[in-house]
Amino acid sequence: MTDLHLAVRWRRGDFALDADVTLPGRGVSAVFGPSGCGKTTLLRCLAGLDRAPGGEVRFLDVCWQSGDGRVFIPPHQRGVGFVFQGASLFSHLSVRGNLAFAWQRAPRERREPGIERMAALFDLTALLDRMPAGLSGGERQRVALARALLSAPRLLLLDEPLAAMDHARRDELVPYLDRARAELDIAAVLVSHAVDEVARLCDHLVLLHDGRVVAQGPTAELLVRFDVARALRDEAGAVLRGTVAEYQPANHLTLVAIAGGTLRLPGKQGPTGTPLRCRIAARDLSLALTSAPDTSILNLLAATVVDLEPDGAGQVLARVRLAGGDLLLARVSQWSAAQLELRPGRAVVAQFKAVALAGGLGLGGG
Amino acid sequence: MTPEDWSAVAVTVRLASATTAILLLLGTPLAWWLARSRSRVQPVVEAVVALPLVLPPTVLGFYLLLALGPNGPIGRLTELLGIGGLPFSFAGLLAGSVVYSLPFVVQPLRAAFRAIGAGPLEAAATLRAGPWDRFVHVAAPLAAPAFLSAAVIGFAHTVGEFGVVLLIGGNIPGSTRVLSVAVYDHVEALAYPQAHALAGGLLAFSFAVLWAVYVVERRGRART
Repeated sequence: MTDLHLAVRWRRGDFALDADVTLPGRGVSAVFGPSGCGKTTLLRCLAGLDRAPGGEVRFLDVCWQSGDGRVFIPPHQRGVGFVFQGASLFSHLSVRGNLAFAWQRAPRERREPGIERMAALFDLTALLDRMPAGLSGGERQRVALARALLSAPRLLLLDEPLAAMDHARRDELVPYLDRARAELDIAAVLVSHAVDEVARLCDHLVLLHDGRVVAQGPTAELLVRFDVARALRDEAGAVLRGTVAEYQPANHLTLVAIAGGTLRLPGKQGPTGTPLRCRIAARDLSLALTSAPDTSILNLLAATVVDLEPDGAGQVLARVRLAGGDLLLARVSQWSAAQLELRPGRAVVAQFKAVALAGGLGLGGG
Repeated sequence: MTPEDWSAVAVTVRLASATTAILLLLGTPLAWWLARSRSRVQPVVEAVVALPLVLPPTVLGFYLLLALGPNGPIGRLTELLGIGGLPFSFAGLLAGSVVYSLPFVVQPLRAAFRAIGAGPLEAAATLRAGPWDRFVHVAAPLAAPAFLSAAVIGFAHTVGEFGVVLLIGGNIPGSTRVLSVAVYDHVEALAYPQAHALAGGLLAFSFAVLWAVYVVERRGRART
């Protein structure tokens, strides 16, 4: 068994969580859904901070909680790192004290990175002697993340680690998250309600709604499903993986090689060969029958309509396949769909704006 | 100040120190349980702990006297164990003081433990800290100011005890005769200068203690 499995049926007051989830035992998975859908409870059950009656939790080949209630490994024996929404630093200890707390309790043979190196990795060296009360929100989350990693967890659980921050701060923190997962080969589960965060960081996705699992699977596959797209509403869209092929300084454009084609992205996106994820929102993708040269749209790619699905209020969701096999989603008006006579098999030109999602991702084999 | 007065001071200090030590030992786990328990018994225990706050010391002393006496449950136990009768002994006085000052030690500790919240303890648990480790290295240091004020107030409150002492301890010089009782005797005998020496000293001591507690509390607030 090389995965993480959780089965919970739990009714607490007017809230019910009914989830049967299997996540890969390595790489980053996301539990995604609107606020109050049970994401945090699910994560707390994984950590053992909550004990759902009759619930089952298994990580790799170790049973953490058995359905018959006989086995329940308490959180401090699970070897999970947990980064809470509010960071939860120990206010009576300095930053160094907080990091040392974790390091001292890590198994001896896994104390490798050390406090100094971990601090350097998260740019905390200058803050080591400060007290948590004097830190900014972003700094606290960095300390919390470094602290969680210093305890040498086998599973890292992140409860909306970016939620307390504005957009600029988030963008600041994401590279650190990324570095963490590249440096340390451990499994991580991230709880989030922001699609871009999930698309950027996670290989595997569980979509939760009102305490129920709507869908689960590899992120790229899941994001182009109609039911998922409907659940994501305005944030629906596909994610493409590519590598930086060339930067054209004259145009300030980066060419990104994807399967069977090339994307144009604004700005410089890292050196040639950098793996990259690009997000193409369904609302940013329009379909045409011919490749018109008189457009300001950066990307025009030949595609074939796979299928269509009505999306309420005069809208249609169309799934199209690029030459290389990648699927994209378009949200077009019913009227346009009729005008273009969209139907499965129809050849179209996909016109879209692509957004790069953080460079340098260790995309692994996933 | 006569040698008898000094002996009353010594008995008082001994009593207050022993009471404080016992209360910190018993009160800490009790306060921890009160702060974290979701049991239905919890409010009952909380009310019992708070009783000495509202009961007249005479009522408390009366029942303690009955309980510790030869026919009381505790009295029978101590007889059985060969300790002998507790009333009118230093040990009996100590037992009474522990009950009398219990809320003054338990309540600040309970409030502090509650204020810590689940957050830091859960964080510690996910950093591989077991329950005892969490208490010693997270909860206790975070509640350190409360330990200080609980100890100081517990001590000062025991020093100020009168009714319970009179009922179960009596007035035996060198053994159960404490400061407050000595002041009472001096006033009864119209020995005002002697009463002044003890009463004034107690007044100054109590003020200094409370002042120190509030200064420390204020520093604690400023830090967070």
